[in-house]
Amino acid sequence: MTEQLTIGFLPLVDACLPILAKEHGFAEEEGVDVSFIRDASWATVLDRLLYGHSDAAHLVAPLAIATTLGRGRPAQPISVPFLLGLNGNAITLRPELSATVGTRGQMGAPAAVGERLRKEAVLAAKSGRKLRFGVVHRYSSHNYILRYWLAACGIKPDQDVEIVTVAPPFVVDALGNGALDGVCVGEPYNSYAVDRGLGDIVLTTSQIWRRGVEKVLALREPVMVEKQGAVEALIRAMRKAGAHFIDPANWEENAHILARADYLDGDPKPIQRALSDRLVLSQGQPPEVFSDFMFQHSEAANFPWISQARWLYSQMLRWDSMEYDPSEAEAATRVFRPDIYRSAIRGTGDDLPAANAKVEGSVQAPLGVGAEEGSITLKNNVFFDGRAFDPDELETYVQHDN
Amino acid sequence: MRIAIVDESAVRASIIEDGLSEFDDYETFVIAQRDGLLAQIAKIEPDIVLMDLGNPSRDVLEEYFAVSRVLDRPIAMFVDESDDEAITSSIDAGVSAYVVDGLAAHRIKPLLDLAVKRFNAFARLQTELSEAKGKLAARESIDKAKRILMDSRGISEPEAYAELRRKAMESSKRIATIAEAVVTAHELMGDQS
Repeated sequence: MTEQLTIGFLPLVDACLPILAKEHGFAEEEGVDVSFIRDASWATVLDRLLYGHSDAAHLVAPLAIATTLGRGRPAQPISVPFLLGLNGNAITLRPELSATVGTRGQMGAPAAVGERLRKEAVLAAKSGRKLRFGVVHRYSSHNYILRYWLAACGIKPDQDVEIVTVAPPFVVDALGNGALDGVCVGEPYNSYAVDRGLGDIVLTTSQIWRRGVEKVLALREPVMVEKQGAVEALIRAMRKAGAHFIDPANWEENAHILARADYLDGDPKPIQRALSDRLVLSQGQPPEVFSDFMFQHSEAANFPWISQARWLYSQMLRWDSMEYDPSEAEAATRVFRPDIYRSAIRGTGDDLPAANAKVEGSVQAPLGVGAEEGSITLKNNVFFDGRAFDPDELETYVQHDN
Repeated sequence: MRIAIVDESAVRASIIEDGLSEFDDYETFVIAQRDGLLAQIAKIEPDIVLMDLGNPSRDVLEEYFAVSRVLDRPIAMFVDESDDEAITSSIDAGVSAYVVDGLAAHRIKPLLDLAVKRFNAFARLQTELSEAKGKLAARESIDKAKRILMDSRGISEPEAYAELRRKAMESSKRIATIAEAVVTAHELMGDQS
């Protein structure tokens, strides 16, 4: 019997896996009928999820944890059985600022760009107008990665600069009219800014944390229990969609599917640049090949490592100025559900890690890791400042920042 | 009580504003421009903010409320966090409401009910409008298809219509669908009559 799942999403490139799972018939093959509701804000994607308009949602990962912990809304337990991808965002600056702190048309190095940016931030603050950065949501990896980078470069995010929330569709105009000096946003919005000459991509978020957790598939816990069969079918379908997504032969077709009016409703060219890891960094420049830009499939990229949930919780404590609470930490950890992922994949021959947690940021060279099925080689997953995150040392990690 | 209605649809905003004028102790402010949204909210100092679910600035507004919590001006979503029914009907109608914490529920409930009703009324208007447009378009293609059949086969208007209807019934399709097919085929084949 075919089961039905309705999925809420924002028009971003990293909503690709459920969309392609439907469009290429993988969902149907697995016996699940997928339909979509597109929205314009994370608040609405979340409201539809919480009040039953959708069964599952494309969601910024920290928001799944924040909702479980009752930040900003009544607490409701959310489950994440699948990561929709790793990395895939970028930091884009106004061209004048990029000319000063970046290397126009070339990917910068996070520490060097950060050092020059720190000087500019000091000058701007002295002149009475702090540099202003836009992120898409308070509880987004964009916010956490931007803050991580700034702080590690000696820029205090809440004092030396301003960080504000901006809806992705308005990001390009905000760079153009000077309301923002920089943004950390997903694709295709960085590329739209570049194409209009209103922004330069100076860094990708993967340069700050290689293999950093990005959007997730989120469900209310009771819905996941009730529809576990359909969810597992969707997980298998999305693994197939991921294999299709990373095959260069399919890039153009997939970019055109995503660009359709009912999905991203955009220009297929910049979408294709993002999904093929070939970003144009500055208007008129040839594309730069950066194979670590977005990760949707390889290295078991969709596996919800609980160590990633714990890192997100550590950043929530850091930037919301909250005290570590063991029961909250436990609730945050339980949001990620490797058990469901395992149950979906087991027996398919697809790669399945043996462990549920790893030390984030500890792999510098390709490393074969234990696998329950298949074979998995993890590659570089470092934070640019060289710190590693041991999920068993969460409390110590957080104290280091205070 | 001060109510801010954030809506880029001027028509819907005025439908809601009009409804609110029934109450005498409410003062309403419509914000139709997205630029300077937060500055306007700060100036208005509303007790309640109504915003449609499709507005991309909801995250921006919620961030502002989260930050303003620090400034001791807490704004909670909806009437009461436990009032699921009210929240569900709002979400169904497509409206989100933000309410200053501590405001008495009996003062908010009638207002929220009204907003939901007005949102639903607006949605119905839109549906009716698009249905009317659809009917008009269908009428146009049926007229065109009849003209094509009359010209190409030398039959009368009632006969042409009967042909379209017969084909529609045979293939379990709408007459308008058959008519569209005739018109498209005619355009592809060129004017051969």
